[in-house]
Amino acid sequence: MKVTMFHLMPYAHMDMALRARHKSAWVTYPNSDFDPKKGAALYNRYLDELELAAELGFDGISVNEHHQNAYGLMPSPVVMAAALSRRTETCKLAILGNAFALREHPLTLAEEHAMIDCISGGRLITGFVRGIGAEFWSLAANPTTSHERHIEAHDLIVRAWTETGPFAFEGKHFHFEYVNVWPRPYQQPHPPIWCPSLGSTETIEWAAHPDRRYVYLQNYSPFESVSRFLNFYRETCESMYGYTASSEQLGWTAPVYVADTDAQAVAEAKEHMEALFNRFLALPFEILFPPGYLGMSSYKRVRQHKRSIAGNQTIEKMMELGIVIVGSPDTVRERILHCHRELGFANFIGLLHFGTLPADLTERNIRLFANEVMPALQPVGDEAYRGFERVAAE
Amino acid sequence: MASCSESAIDYKGGKVFLRRGGSGQTLLFLHGAGGIPAWLPYLDRLSDRYDVIAPDHPTFGQSDEPAWVEKVDDLAYFYLDFIKEQGLENVHLVGQSLGGWIALEIAVRSTHSLASLTLVGAAGIRIKGQPAADLFIMDDEELARALFKSDALAEQMLAMEPTEEQQDVIIKNKVATARLAWQPRLFNPALRKWLHRIDVPTHVIWGDSDRIIPPDYAGEFGGLIEGAAVTMIEDCGHLPNIERTDAFIDAVTGFCDRHAA
Repeated sequence: MKVTMFHLMPYAHMDMALRARHKSAWVTYPNSDFDPKKGAALYNRYLDELELAAELGFDGISVNEHHQNAYGLMPSPVVMAAALSRRTETCKLAILGNAFALREHPLTLAEEHAMIDCISGGRLITGFVRGIGAEFWSLAANPTTSHERHIEAHDLIVRAWTETGPFAFEGKHFHFEYVNVWPRPYQQPHPPIWCPSLGSTETIEWAAHPDRRYVYLQNYSPFESVSRFLNFYRETCESMYGYTASSEQLGWTAPVYVADTDAQAVAEAKEHMEALFNRFLALPFEILFPPGYLGMSSYKRVRQHKRSIAGNQTIEKMMELGIVIVGSPDTVRERILHCHRELGFANFIGLLHFGTLPADLTERNIRLFANEVMPALQPVGDEAYRGFERVAAE
Repeated sequence: MASCSESAIDYKGGKVFLRRGGSGQTLLFLHGAGGIPAWLPYLDRLSDRYDVIAPDHPTFGQSDEPAWVEKVDDLAYFYLDFIKEQGLENVHLVGQSLGGWIALEIAVRSTHSLASLTLVGAAGIRIKGQPAADLFIMDDEELARALFKSDALAEQMLAMEPTEEQQDVIIKNKVATARLAWQPRLFNPALRKWLHRIDVPTHVIWGDSDRIIPPDYAGEFGGLIEGAAVTMIEDCGHLPNIERTDAFIDAVTGFCDRHAA
């Protein structure tokens, strides 16, 4: 199993009293709450935390993109990946993800990703996402055409990376007379493409296509949903495309906190984990699902279940649902190995900082995870996955 | 409720649903973002004097959702074809809100078949510093309260429990509106420079307490379209046809009758 540390880089100094007077920490939450001096210190602290993970032997470190919010301070994850590329030597740099089609000109991102891939000697993983609903307010992008733009942007960047130019790209949304990207990516034919998602059968069917075989990452979800979607990926490969998915095509992202004992872990993580979900991530339904972002049937389903990202989670409930993993090294190790045994994912992405978690606890979390949990995960392969045992037995 | 006929015409392989009632000179009513849920009293009263045609715009209401609808311009060209194919002449074109924007895009292209143009709380342009309210960011309650001056009407709207079929249409209309008007929000930056081309009698009707598109837009359109008359309706929000039906009917019919071709 490949283990990656993921960072959201939230604005941990968010004024909770001000936040309580707003519907969310997104889009219209005033940036007067951002203190540049505190922000400068945070950025450097967070980069140090990812660099520490690289030193401690994580297979990858990971950043992502969100706009105009306190939940994640990386409107351009490319900037962070660039900073990290010069301070690390062997670990993968995973941008999970970048929303290419939010841009008027996705080719600029294809160029920047190729640059990072070259600077890092081929360590880039490109996360290809449509962007959550909130981004369509912040970047004034039309949600009703977001899906087709997303697919077209993908075709553009893959062609830009794999075909020598110049050539003309003649799409519905994007037109380029001269596609001829300098530099070409270091990895050939192109950097691995991963598809992080909150759960989408359309994304899975698209990612699993034999021409793509992209890694599908289920982002923090109840374990029941993680199972449903990862198994759906494997089933789709078998029944729709007639091939057996490799476990390398599957990944799971979850917030993780490790302390000496279970009780200590819960006590230390509680406030900060609940802040992540209830203060930073919570989004009104209208912002999360702008018109046309989802098809009619999906939209009606989420509305019926009032699946706005709710703002009243407790750490105990989230542990019970398997959204987060919190406990002693033994507990956390056993939990992840158990989940792997059920689902066989070859990629685990741990969010080892969350919400307002202070620097000292974050560093201890990273060290405990690296020293006490990760060594048991990295050697694990398909021999431990129940699904393949069954296949072999049959 | 008095009668209208309901029918669907074929256009480029898709169905366009329309309601039609009354007789006399043709009055083509272009609805706003919310669509036309039924043959409401304002349509019925207009049909006392005119041949009222009220289509569901392609992609809205009971009309199909063809791929060719990408911008308001596309609907303008559709309606120019529609007027020609139906053999309509001397049309009183009445557009409300988003429908007002469509009416403007039609009129800057051709007024050939128009007798007059009436804009009711029309979208389509932007006065810097005075944006239209963001229809999309509001939840149901905020939207109802922003639409009407009268709290009682807002309460009435919120108390309605739409059927599943009506719910589907509400969602469909919101998506259709977003497709046309998400970015830039509810206007076409290029429209303003062509408004001088409108050479038919034009009437701008506005609720004086419109919280969706501020009443200053009435004066702005009045200044941009030569000879346009402006009527402000008192104690009225964004939907004069619903909130002040009498005043709305008087304003529309008074102007159209004066300009019957």
